[in-house]
Amino acid sequence: MHKLLNEQSIPAREYDMVKFSENDLAKVQEIVAHYPDGKQKSALLPVLHLAQDTFGGWLSSETMDYVASLLQIEPIEVYEVATFYSMYHLKPVGKYVFEVCQTGPCMLRGCDDIIQYITQTLGIRAGETTADGLFTLKTVECLGACGYAPMMQLGKYYREHLTKEKVDAIIAECRKTAAEQN
Amino acid sequence: MGMKLLLEKAHVEGIRHFEAYRREGGYRSVEKALKEMSPEAIVEEVKKSGLRGRGGAGFPAGMKWSFIAKPEGVPRHLVCNADESEPGTFKDRYLMEFLPHLLLEGLIVSSYALGSHATYIYIRGEYAWIATILETAIAEAKANGMLGNNILGSGFDCEIYVHRGAGAYICGEETALIESLEGKRGNPRIKPPFPAIQGVWMRPTVVNNVETLAAVVPIINMGGEEYAKIGVGKSTGTKLISACGNINKPGVYEIDMTISVEEFIYSDEYCGGIANGKRLKACIPGGSSVPILPANLLLKTAKGETRFMNYESLSDGGFASGSMMGSGGFIVLDEDQCIVKNTYTLARFYRHESCGQCSPCREGTGWMEKILWRLENGEGKETDIDLLWDIQRRIEGNTICPLGDAAAWPVAAAIRHFRDEFEWHVREPQEAKRRNYGLAHYADPIHVPVAG
Ligand SMILES: Cc1cc2nc3c(=O)[nH]c(=O)nc-3n(C[C@H](O)[C@H](O)[C@H](O)COP(=O)(O)O)c2cc1C
Ligand code: SF4
Ligand code: FES
Repeated sequence: MHKLLNEQSIPAREYDMVKFSENDLAKVQEIVAHYPDGKQKSALLPVLHLAQDTFGGWLSSETMDYVASLLQIEPIEVYEVATFYSMYHLKPVGKYVFEVCQTGPCMLRGCDDIIQYITQTLGIRAGETTADGLFTLKTVECLGACGYAPMMQLGKYYREHLTKEKVDAIIAECRKTAAEQN
Repeated sequence: MGMKLLLEKAHVEGIRHFEAYRREGGYRSVEKALKEMSPEAIVEEVKKSGLRGRGGAGFPAGMKWSFIAKPEGVPRHLVCNADESEPGTFKDRYLMEFLPHLLLEGLIVSSYALGSHATYIYIRGEYAWIATILETAIAEAKANGMLGNNILGSGFDCEIYVHRGAGAYICGEETALIESLEGKRGNPRIKPPFPAIQGVWMRPTVVNNVETLAAVVPIINMGGEEYAKIGVGKSTGTKLISACGNINKPGVYEIDMTISVEEFIYSDEYCGGIANGKRLKACIPGGSSVPILPANLLLKTAKGETRFMNYESLSDGGFASGSMMGSGGFIVLDEDQCIVKNTYTLARFYRHESCGQCSPCREGTGWMEKILWRLENGEGKETDIDLLWDIQRRIEGNTICPLGDAAAWPVAAAIRHFRDEFEWHVREPQEAKRRNYGLAHYADPIHVPVAG
């Protein structure tokens, strides 16, 4: 009885959400086909990327279990991997994640000031998300853009040669896109 | 102008696509190799070229290829290492972004030489848009008969797949990369067995850097002997250098390895001198893992000879007074930079990236980060400097993979050459918070030009 109640209290949507569309399932098949027969576990990293992009920008345990079932591996094999690689988020993140590089070469070109400026402007520290759920600030290690420092990753792309003005423009751009989508 | 074998066409309109690339003479090496040469003959040419691995270790590529095991009935694989995560290094990205077909061309010829019918490009996960560029190029090459079955009627079949990593420097180490390609955590394997015997899915595997594999194209086009005439000594061919830090023109440069370090830094063709009219303090010439050198030892060796941008000259003097070519990530520090802080950010990087399998690396990187933070923030003690030295010494050589050494060397070199700056942080913590130590005596022994 108690158990039943509990199950009902979980919104049905959450389970529905963790399911790839036909289109995405075809993508998964295509990825799996890159590797030899029986080595479908090799598809784990690319499939986790797809899952994270599809299911809200992070990997919940439901998502990870779902990926395990798709690839016919144990859930623990997915958890092990998801916790190892820094690009997988294991907690919800903001709609826009500012991943600012803080390693030596970027430090030499003033990334500390940029990080501080974002902190002030958005009122969040590294690792935090704004109350409206729009922005997360993350400090990350070298992203291979050292010659174009300071820089950050935003979604699939890099934003380079950052200045305070550019940061303002990026924030405005994100707010605008978010407003248009609502 | 220096000689360009790789980047010459980088800015030709439309070169990212098959049509323009082919029109500019692309894929000639595939025609030559598949129609006129045996796989063994290609390995021979690469041996003759003297090409050294461009990923960091500088191991002769032809020799590595000749080690691959060929057991009956077991597929072999070529894997291209595009993980590029060594701080200061961004050359592979440039090559793939602007000349994706050059990499594919090199991969096809190399796959033929090694007998790989399924070749993988393991690219760092953050280079997401470059993975798309490569996938587009692969589709174009396939549509034009350069990939797939029976390429150019030669009977050779080959597919190339892009595999994105997910944020882990350690996956650049070849056995960790292989684990990651298998869908596991990037924990390096104990060697032997070497990948050439048992690599991905226990099959014979060769892992080479992006630039190494792209260099196979000019080698096949011009012949190994001609290629070997470019450069000097065991530094043959051209090298991509990604230059960053406090210089006027950060970017990726293709150099002929006969130019001096001084010319590379001050010439307008390359770095264009130190930014903001400042003076050169120090430089990490080959990616964050290699020893940092003060200006005087960078421009001239301890013997007082001019230092050149090649493997032998950069390592002249060993770790006592030299450094390494490494991955070609050239990081320049001006007179206002703090060595302790720079070393701290690198120590933090290695702590973050240690896979945690070996205790000297896992614990040691954590300790080094903590102590450097203390020193940088005015809470250090005189004994901390010796403690740091001691920790780095205990990591080096005591771990499964070279990340441990890579974490130890920058700390060792910083103390070796800049000990007085560390001591100043301990003695004058308040002062150290307010200002930087400056050039001190590092630039004294020789004349260091002021940018202009
Ligand atoms: C911690 C670590 C990170 C590495 N990262 C890279 C990398 O990002 N790219 C690369 O080509 N080689 C990297 N290497 C070197 C590879 O292990 C391997 O030697 C190289 O890919 C071989 O290719 P090459 O002979 O063509 O240089 C790394 C090595 C270590 C120990
Ligand atoms: S040296 Fe460090 S990174 Fe390499 S295997 Fe050991 S713990 Fe992992
Ligand atoms: S140090 Fe920031 S991108 Fe390399």
